[in-house]
Amino acid sequence: MRGRGGAGFTTGLKWEACRNAPGKTRYVICNADEGEPGTFKDRVLLTRQPDLVFEGMTVAAYVTGASKGYVYLRGEYRYLLEPLNAVLARRRQDNLLGKGILGRSGFDFEIEVHMGAGAYICGEESALIESLEGKRGVPRNRPPFPVTNGFLNQPTVVNNVETLAAAALIAAKGGDWFKSFGTAKSSGTKILSISGDCERPGIYEYPFGVTVRQVLEECGAKATQAVQISGPSGICIGPDEFDRRIAFEDIPTAGSFMIFDIRRDIFEVVRNFINFFAHESCGFCTPCRVGTTLLKNMMEKIAAGHGTRYDLDEIYKLNRVMQSAAHCGLGHTAGNPLVHTLEKFRPAYERRLKSLEFEPAFDLDAALSQARQMTRRDDSAAHFDSAQENA
Amino acid sequence: MNTPRKLKVATTSLAGCFGCHMSLLDIDERILDLLQLVEFDRSPITDIKHCSACDIGIIEGGVCNAENVHVLREFRANCKILVAMGACAVNGGLPAQRNHLQLHEILTAVYATEGGLASGVQIPNDPELPLPLNQVHPIHEVVKVDYFLPGCPPSADAIWKFLTDLIAGRTPHLGHGLIHYD
Amino acid sequence: MSDQTFTLDDQEIPFAPGQSVMQAALDAGVFVPHLCYHPEFRPHGSCKLCTVKINGRPATSCTTPAAAGLNVESNTPEILDKRRTLLQMLLVEGNHFCPSCEKSGHCKLQALGYELGVMTPHFNLIYPDRPVDASHPDVLLDFNRCILCELCIRASAEVDKKNVFSLSGRGITKHLIVNAESGRLADTDFALTDKAAQVCPVGVILPKKQGFSIPIGRRRYDAASMSAHVDEFKPTAKVQEERP
Repeated sequence: MRGRGGAGFTTGLKWEACRNAPGKTRYVICNADEGEPGTFKDRVLLTRQPDLVFEGMTVAAYVTGASKGYVYLRGEYRYLLEPLNAVLARRRQDNLLGKGILGRSGFDFEIEVHMGAGAYICGEESALIESLEGKRGVPRNRPPFPVTNGFLNQPTVVNNVETLAAAALIAAKGGDWFKSFGTAKSSGTKILSISGDCERPGIYEYPFGVTVRQVLEECGAKATQAVQISGPSGICIGPDEFDRRIAFEDIPTAGSFMIFDIRRDIFEVVRNFINFFAHESCGFCTPCRVGTTLLKNMMEKIAAGHGTRYDLDEIYKLNRVMQSAAHCGLGHTAGNPLVHTLEKFRPAYERRLKSLEFEPAFDLDAALSQARQMTRRDDSAAHFDSAQENA
Repeated sequence: MNTPRKLKVATTSLAGCFGCHMSLLDIDERILDLLQLVEFDRSPITDIKHCSACDIGIIEGGVCNAENVHVLREFRANCKILVAMGACAVNGGLPAQRNHLQLHEILTAVYATEGGLASGVQIPNDPELPLPLNQVHPIHEVVKVDYFLPGCPPSADAIWKFLTDLIAGRTPHLGHGLIHYD
Repeated sequence: MSDQTFTLDDQEIPFAPGQSVMQAALDAGVFVPHLCYHPEFRPHGSCKLCTVKINGRPATSCTTPAAAGLNVESNTPEILDKRRTLLQMLLVEGNHFCPSCEKSGHCKLQALGYELGVMTPHFNLIYPDRPVDASHPDVLLDFNRCILCELCIRASAEVDKKNVFSLSGRGITKHLIVNAESGRLADTDFALTDKAAQVCPVGVILPKKQGFSIPIGRRRYDAASMSAHVDEFKPTAKVQEERP
């Protein structure tokens, strides 16, 4: 099994590395900081199948030798805390948690739910661990990796909610059963959070290898213009690519599947994504902290009708630097929605551009607004007529 | 062989202090060599008021009012190569240190609430006066700029090296000791 | 020094176990641009000016452990261009008016700009509003110039054991704050002799009652570029005070 959280790291290797790492205490962390826009599958799993998730954590603890588990729960899911604690209490009573689980001497494991505070970046595993330790949620420098130096510097596995649920099923039904679903390189099923322009949004489970087209048909999507898969940092595809498959070898995804039909303005969709990244950048590294805001400002300029081809080139330039120099995945991929759609939906941008080589960074006439107000002037010299000036 | 055509150069100061122009004059007797290679069009040196078609336009100062914008656009429209000379043209410089204040606060302080004002003083509103912009901007935010020569002011040696490179058709390169932000 | 080496721009660089790529390079006298790195502190990896390519992949050289046989590219046109862009990002993020800054001539941000040939901030300036803190009798805090390297935070916590500085906000609104109820430096036990008062690479933490004491032409980076000062950045160097 490869992890269901997006990166697709092989779960068994992660557990093995943790088990083999020297340490006093080992930890299993369930990453339930489900913050990727367009995903809600973990919320449904934790609501409907909490036992399966806790079972998966307990299996992970059994394999790795961990004695303590944490569920890092998204701040917005605060309302799930009491139901989850009730399930944990019942499992303790049933000796599925605690000392000597199911009579196996030495198999001690306890699970605690920890509330996040609503920062997107804390879905990144090392930032999550920092936050769990009570610090600012900032991704760590790697190496070392969490499997050797994780929570409190001890060997730690961090797995997605869905990964842990699948692990519980594999433990119960076996690897062959799991491999009977999916493709040769992507075993099992994938839960998709389907939202946007379709008749039946919600949670869908498909074997890996399903085409985008089939998903769209079954959820009742019509006149689809674009699908954003795996969140804003993922991939945006148009109808020409709807025969591509959801699988690690084609379109990997953490499960977010956002549908936009032909009524939607792709430029505005992307602008919203870029604002999201600028808002959620943790601010640790230069390229992401400044780059996301510069991208946001450029989108605002284009939205206001002042953009030029020069600005589009600048977007590519910024993206290249962010992609190669940012500290973590947020900065690496924040420009993805822009460059994907500049490639596939370029007219959505071009029709907003002024057909000029260069336009001021700001609205010149608006920049005289305060002086006009203070001097009560409204003569022609108190305004810029940009049409004439640009001759 | 014909001697090459003299390049036409225009210069101006927007929201600047003319310090960069003073530094240009500091190239001293080298200005005679320079005049072998270029002729000045619009410039404080010639007192020509409007730019005609030029090879090189050199802008000192940032953009703080409507007139600055008009002049800058005239230069951009007429000059093949546009150069930002000095800290103010490059990043707004000293005048841009007002940017964290709201313009209406500044005008109110200067013309209404500040002590020592004669009674009846108003914010000047003569249409002859250019209106100030809400913020001061470096020139690259208003027009496309081809080259930048930072410094407050750039030294005469830096200006000389920069101009001789440019005139000779070399990409200007200052190197250590000549490149300065102060 | 072990006899293990890696390659940096066609030069063989020896390294000791536990050294980062940048430490080994600096030890060998090869300058790698940096702002948040300081030889007396653990690598931080936030400014990204030390970005290199290791075996073809972008990496932060101050946080990447040296290993035998690595192929490190540093002074290539592509990497230098990225570093210039990163420096320009810092220039537009803060209010960097060198002519009126006491740190001018001693400032690493400025020196690195010269080193990389940065002639313009290039992007549109943000001009943030960052009020100064002049409350302390001996020290002025001018947050306009902060590049968020966190060296003062680290020095105050790890060396001075005072925790005077901290961070607030995220993204572009992230900023340095003073750990006091009032937020004022005067209401902390900060002292001019603190390590945290010595480590700022730019002009945020400045001693009062002096300024521009060294004439232009004789300041640290007037005579020699940042790369010519490479010996000061060696892991073993006795580091000069950053204070002008």
